[in-house]
Amino acid sequence: MSDVLSLIIAKYNYWLYVILMMIGLYGMIAKNNLIKKVVGMNIFQTAIILFYVSIGYKTNAGIPIITTADTAHGVVVKAADYINPLTSCLMLTAIVVSVATFGYAMALAVRIYQRYQTLEEDELRMRLSEE
Amino acid sequence: MRILAFIVVCLTGAFLLYGTSEFPDWGDPNSPASLHVAAYYIEKTYEETHAPNFVTAVVTDYRGFDTMFETAVIFTAGIGCFLLLRDFRGKKEHYYHHIPTGVILHIKDEKKSLTIGKEFGYMDKEWVPPDLINKTVCRILIPFIQIYALYVVAHGDYSPGGGFQGGVIFGSSLILLAISYDLKTLVKRVSERLLGIFAALGVLIYAGTGVLCLVMGGNFLDYGVLAPLFPGMADHIRALGMLVVEIGVGIAVMAVMTIIYINIVSEGRHDEGL
Amino acid sequence: MENYPALIVVAPFVTGLLAGLFVWIEKRLSYPIVLAGLFISSFSAVQVLIRVMESGPIQYKMGGWSPPIGIEYRIDLLNAMVLCLVSGIAFLNLIASYRSAEKEIGDRVSSYYTVYNLFLTGLLGVTITGDLFNLYVLIEITSLTSYAQVAMGDRDRGPLASLNYIFIGVIGASFYLLGVGYLYMYTGSLNMADVAVLIKGSQGSSTVLVAFILCILGIWIKMALFPFHVWLPNAYTYSPVIFARVVAPLMTKVMVYIMLRLMITVFGYDYIFNTLNLSDAVVWLATIAVLAGGVMALAQKNLKKMLTYIIVSEIGYMVGGAWMGNQLGMTGAILHILNDALMTFALFLAVGNMVYRIDRVDITDLKGLFGKMPWTMAGFVLAAFSIVGVPPTCGFFSKWYLILGAMEKGAYHFAAALIISSLICAVLFFKVFEICFFESGSHGHDHSSHGPVAIEEAPVSMLIISGLVSLSLIVAGFYSGAIVNTIILPFLK
Repeated sequence: MSDVLSLIIAKYNYWLYVILMMIGLYGMIAKNNLIKKVVGMNIFQTAIILFYVSIGYKTNAGIPIITTADTAHGVVVKAADYINPLTSCLMLTAIVVSVATFGYAMALAVRIYQRYQTLEEDELRMRLSEE
Repeated sequence: MRILAFIVVCLTGAFLLYGTSEFPDWGDPNSPASLHVAAYYIEKTYEETHAPNFVTAVVTDYRGFDTMFETAVIFTAGIGCFLLLRDFRGKKEHYYHHIPTGVILHIKDEKKSLTIGKEFGYMDKEWVPPDLINKTVCRILIPFIQIYALYVVAHGDYSPGGGFQGGVIFGSSLILLAISYDLKTLVKRVSERLLGIFAALGVLIYAGTGVLCLVMGGNFLDYGVLAPLFPGMADHIRALGMLVVEIGVGIAVMAVMTIIYINIVSEGRHDEGL
Repeated sequence: MENYPALIVVAPFVTGLLAGLFVWIEKRLSYPIVLAGLFISSFSAVQVLIRVMESGPIQYKMGGWSPPIGIEYRIDLLNAMVLCLVSGIAFLNLIASYRSAEKEIGDRVSSYYTVYNLFLTGLLGVTITGDLFNLYVLIEITSLTSYAQVAMGDRDRGPLASLNYIFIGVIGASFYLLGVGYLYMYTGSLNMADVAVLIKGSQGSSTVLVAFILCILGIWIKMALFPFHVWLPNAYTYSPVIFARVVAPLMTKVMVYIMLRLMITVFGYDYIFNTLNLSDAVVWLATIAVLAGGVMALAQKNLKKMLTYIIVSEIGYMVGGAWMGNQLGMTGAILHILNDALMTFALFLAVGNMVYRIDRVDITDLKGLFGKMPWTMAGFVLAAFSIVGVPPTCGFFSKWYLILGAMEKGAYHFAAALIISSLICAVLFFKVFEICFFESGSHGHDHSSHGPVAIEEAPVSMLIISGLVSLSLIVAGFYSGAIVNTIILPFLK
C-alpha cells in the first residue's frame, strides 16, 4: 500500500492532469447544455497544458531567463539551472489555440441561441426533427 | 448515458495513467525531455541569438514558424466571428436621453434620428445611469494599462512577456473602455475598419519578415540574413528580428480580441452590449 | 530555386492575409490576389515534384536552424504527390466556384476568400512538414477554418453542425497533442525523423505504446473513420458549395496521408506489424467502416448527404489497405488517395453545378436533370462510374490493388466488403440516374411535355472545370501503372 502511495506522490502531477482532463471529457460527453459542453472542452484543453508544463519542471531550477549578472561575468550556462523552455513555448501555442476555439465556439452558441432560443441539446434535437 | 460517459471517461483516464507509469520522477533534471533538444536551447540560445529570455527565443526564432501559424489561428478566430455574427442591418428603434434633464426619448421610426451632442446622447435599451466612480477610475487606468502592454511587448526578449501577452493586455484595456462607458464609445473611437486592417496587418508583419528573409537570400524566417539592413547591429540581429515579429503579433492579437468581444457582446450589431 | 518548398505554404498564406487586408480597402482585389497565391503554390508544388523525382527527397530548414533544433520540411515522393493534388484541386475549385460563392455567401465573399486560403495553407502545411508539433498547429488551422466555413452554409443547421464538429475535432486534436507529449517525454525531440531514430528498439515501452495509440486515435477521429464519423455528414452537407467541393476531396485524404506518415516514418512497419500485431483488428474495423458507410448511404434522401456517407465508406478502403501490412495493400491505399480525391472532386463539382441551378438536391428534386443539364450530368456519370469501379476509370485500378493486397494477406472479408460496397454504390447511382433520366421535370406537365426540355446549364467556367476533372479520371486510369511505377513503388522501397 505504501509503495503505491509513494508512487502516486512521486508523480502526482500526472494524476492531477488526468483527473482534470477526465472532468472536462465527462462534461463534453454527458452534459446537455451547449455552454457547459464548451466549458468542459476548455477544461479538457487546459489539462493538456498542465501536462506539458509539468513535463518542463526541474527540481532546483529557475525560470529560463538569464539575468544581467550572469551574462556580465561570462558564466557558463548550465542546463540544469533553468527549467525547460521548450514546453512553455509549445504551450503558448496550445493556449492560443484553445482561446481561439473557445471564442469561436461561443460565437456559434450566440448564433444558435438567436435562431432557436435555446441551448439545451435535447430541445434542439426536438426542434430539428419537427422541421 | 451518464453512466456510459462515466465508464468511457474512467477507461480513458486509466489508459493515460498507464502511459505515465514509465515516466521518470517529476522534476528529474536528467529525464530525456530535459536533455536532448531542451538542453541545447538553454546552453546555446544566448550565444546564438543574444536574447536572454529563452522562451521568447524558442517561440519566435527556433520555432518561429509555429508561432506564425499560431497568430494565424487567432486571426482565423477573429475573422470567423466576424463572418458568422456580423449583422449590418440597422436597429429599428432608437433610444436617446436628454442630457440636461435626463428625460428618455424612444423613437420608433427608423428613419428619424437625433444629432448626438451636448444636448442628446445615445442610450442602450437596458440602460443604467453612468456610474461616475467607475468611469473616472477606468479613464485614469486605461492609459497606464496600455503603456504597460507596450512595455510587455517591447521587453519580450528580456523579461517574461511578448506579443501575445502584450496584445491581450492592450485588447483588455479597450474592452474595459467598452464596459465602463458603453460599446458605442469604443466603436466610435476604434472603428471596425481599423481593427480589421490591424488584425491582417499584424500577421502580415510576421509573414512579411519571413518573406523579406527569402528576398535577402536566406531561408524563410532566417533573421540572420537581415543584417545588411541594420548596419552596426549584426550580433543582435536575431533579437531584433524577434522584436519585429513580436510587434506584429501584438497588433494582431489586440485587434482580434477586440473584434471577438464586440461581435459576441452585441450579437454582431455593434450598437449595444455589456 | 531552393525556396520552392517554403513558397508552397507561404504563398497562399500571405495572399490570404493580403486579401483580408484588402477587404477593408478595395474589395474587388481580394479574389485575384487569392487566385494568384494558389497559382504560385501549385506551380511550386509541381516544380518540387519534378525535383524530387529527379534527385530524391528535399529538406528545407525553416529559419536556417537544422533539425531537431528547428522545424524542417522534408519532401519525398509521397508528400510531393499529395502537395500537387491539394494545391491543384484548390486552384481549380476557386475558379470553378467563383459564381456559386457569390450567390451563396453574398457580400461577405471577399472576407471568405481569406478563410479559404488559410484552410489550404493548413492542408498544405500538414502535408509538407517534418515536425510533429508543427503538424498539430497546422491541423488546428485547418480545423478552425473548417468550423468557420461550415457555419457559413445553411443558416439554420450550419452553426449546430459546426459546433458538434468542434467538440469532436477538439477531442481528436487533443489526443494527437497528448500523443506527441508522451513521445516527447520518451525521446526529448519533436522532429519526426529524429523521434523515429530515438524510439527504435523500445519495443516494450508503455509510453511509446500509449503515444502510438493516442496519435493514431486522434487522426482517426479527425479522419472520420467509421465509429468516429458522426460529425462528417452534417458538417459537409450544410457547408457552402465552394467549401464542400474542396473539403470533401481533400480533408480526409490529407488525414489518411498523416496516418501513413506516422506509420511509415515515425513508428515504422516493424513496430506496428511485428511488435503490436494490430493488422487484423484494424482491417476488420476498416471492413465494418466500408460496409457501414455504404448501408448508411442507402438510407439517405439528400444527394449531398448520400455522397458524404460514400466518403465515410471510402475512408475504410484506405485505412484497410494501409494496415494490410503488405506492399500491394499500401500501394492501393496511396493510389486511392490520388484517385479518390479526383473522383470526389468530380462528383462534388457536378453536385455544385446542380445546386447552382436547382438549389435543393433531395433526390426527388433531380427529375429530368439529364435533359436540363446534360453536360453536368455527363461529368456526374463519369465520376459515379469511377466510384463504382468501372474499368477504364481510375477508381477500378486502386480497388484492384486493394483487393490483390487483401487476397495476399488472406483477408477475404475485406475483399468481399470492397466488392459489396461497389455493388451498393452501383445501386445508389443507378437509382439517381433513373430519376434524373426517366422521370421528367415537375414543371413541364401542362404544355411543354412534348417539346424538348429547355437546357439550363451552369455557367461555362463551372462546366469547363467539371469536364476537365471528369476526363482526368480516365487519364489517371490509363496512367495508373506509370504512377505506381514512378512514384509509389520507389517511395515504398
